[in-house]
Amino acid sequence: MNVIEVQNLRKEFNSYSSRPGLAGAFRDLFTRNYKVHAAVDNISLTVKQGEMVGYIGENGAGKSTTIKMLTGILTPTSGSIIVNGMNPHKQREEFVRTIGVVFGQRSQLWWDIAVQESFRLLKKVYRVSDEDYNHHMGHVIETLEIGPLLNKPVRKLSLGQRMRCELAAALIHNPPLLFLDEPTIGLDVLVKLKIRKFLKEINEQYKTTILLTTHDLTDIEALCERVVLLDEGKIIYDGKLNQLQAHAVEGKQIEFEFLSEIPRTSLPGSDNIQWEQKDATTWLGYINGDEQMVSQLISDVVQRNPIKNVRINEVSTEEIVRKIYEEGLALT
Amino acid sequence: MSMYLEMIRVRFLMMLAYRTNYYSGILIYSINIGAYYFLWSAIYGGKEEIQGLSVAQMTTYVAVAWMARAFYYNNIDREIAAEIKDGKVAIEMIRPYSYLGMKTMQALGEGIFRLLFFSVPGMIIVALTFPVSFDASLTTWMFFFVSLIFSFIVNTHINLLTGMMTFFLFNNTGLIRAKRVVIDLFSGLLLPISFYPDWAQGLMSYLPFQAISYVPSMIFTEGFVGQEIYNALLLQAFWVFILLIPIRLTWILAKKHLIVQGG
Repeated sequence: MNVIEVQNLRKEFNSYSSRPGLAGAFRDLFTRNYKVHAAVDNISLTVKQGEMVGYIGENGAGKSTTIKMLTGILTPTSGSIIVNGMNPHKQREEFVRTIGVVFGQRSQLWWDIAVQESFRLLKKVYRVSDEDYNHHMGHVIETLEIGPLLNKPVRKLSLGQRMRCELAAALIHNPPLLFLDEPTIGLDVLVKLKIRKFLKEINEQYKTTILLTTHDLTDIEALCERVVLLDEGKIIYDGKLNQLQAHAVEGKQIEFEFLSEIPRTSLPGSDNIQWEQKDATTWLGYINGDEQMVSQLISDVVQRNPIKNVRINEVSTEEIVRKIYEEGLALT
Repeated sequence: MSMYLEMIRVRFLMMLAYRTNYYSGILIYSINIGAYYFLWSAIYGGKEEIQGLSVAQMTTYVAVAWMARAFYYNNIDREIAAEIKDGKVAIEMIRPYSYLGMKTMQALGEGIFRLLFFSVPGMIIVALTFPVSFDASLTTWMFFFVSLIFSFIVNTHINLLTGMMTFFLFNNTGLIRAKRVVIDLFSGLLLPISFYPDWAQGLMSYLPFQAISYVPSMIFTEGFVGQEIYNALLLQAFWVFILLIPIRLTWILAKKHLIVQGG
């Protein structure tokens, strides 16, 4: 079953540019230079129930705009959106009962009052019965370890504490679909791990579909099987994370640590190998080829030189994404 | 319905979170009433009455007008403006309720809070200090409360409209300030409408502002009697409904206009 179905979605913004100088400022009073800019440019996307999808891209790639359209905040310029079987914009009140949203950069809790008062209000807003609330939220509060925070006003919470409360608040009505817009921004490792573990748990327990945007690719590695990569409003990759790793960067990096200092000349040279010296006794070899070439290289090097340690490095997702944005992606 | 009641409760909690505001508020209102009391006693001098109002009626008028203001006055225009500016309206759009309805409920929560914990204790202080008469009949009290509810709705309508203008103006602190002065002046809070020159009275009768303060105060001080009361209440009700039209239209336009700023 498809939870999200998006066809040829497009969102344009009118932006105006200021002319330079005082004369330009006066001209701007009467006419302005408008430019149409497509923040989201004809994207199509389907997400099945129970999937955890990582939605990544540079700043300004159109991630947040997409999320805002999917949640019914913005109307698309063209294209169709069906989420949970509804049109988010037309059936707003009915639709928003079926989703949970966390905006990492914006608080949705009431600033001046205790967290539990916000929860109580949301419970009424989403018409959650006492029974469901106690059962479901009891578990959420326990897992996120926010029990002791409930009677504190939101303004007195630290960022990590607040974010865990925000997440709990988004789950009060136990929505089948959860949008997380940079939920781990500015959080320390422990809180991040806690949140990831929790998201995995609700995904397994309730088959909650999760769409996640983040700049921290370790989030994606830990949670998502599928990634959607966005660049300048267009989807440039949609598929499994491990395939992205396999395709995007060809070859491997091998780190040789020798017992003594080794000159470049005593290392095997070929067109497919590039050498880089890390420190006096350590060399990094970049190989453009498959596993067999890797084995070949290692045996060549080891035969000639006394070796202390050899390590084959996996290329991190971060490395891949950096490479994609800098060099473009040639995927088949 | 219960979520709207819950919102009123939350607003109570928010008001209680800032106690200093609460205490200073009582003080400021008492000082205002005192200042206007002395001003009006000086203006009346030895005169029995001006424009059909006696000194005692005038004092009561001032006290009641300010205490009514505590109920109908609220800051939702500024709040809406702030929420539009920092993009919080977007988050309100993902909630299954009407944003404007929720704002009105917050205003009502604030109003009831101030009426109970602000006006009532304030009135007791004022009644002990100044010669104010609260011996109005039961029916007058009843008419007064009906009128007070109307004045709350009219004022809230105007606040919603002013707040929503931020969608189009992006920064409307000036407009909000101007609106506050206009309401204080044209609603009859500072000066009863009957004291204005005829041409100004004529002009004001076409504006919604006198439905905010003049009507409830005049009903309480028995400046309106018999048929006049019903006419005044009808006028208020008229504005309550008429103002719904621009609110709906502005909201529809505003939603189209919604550009979430930042992020």
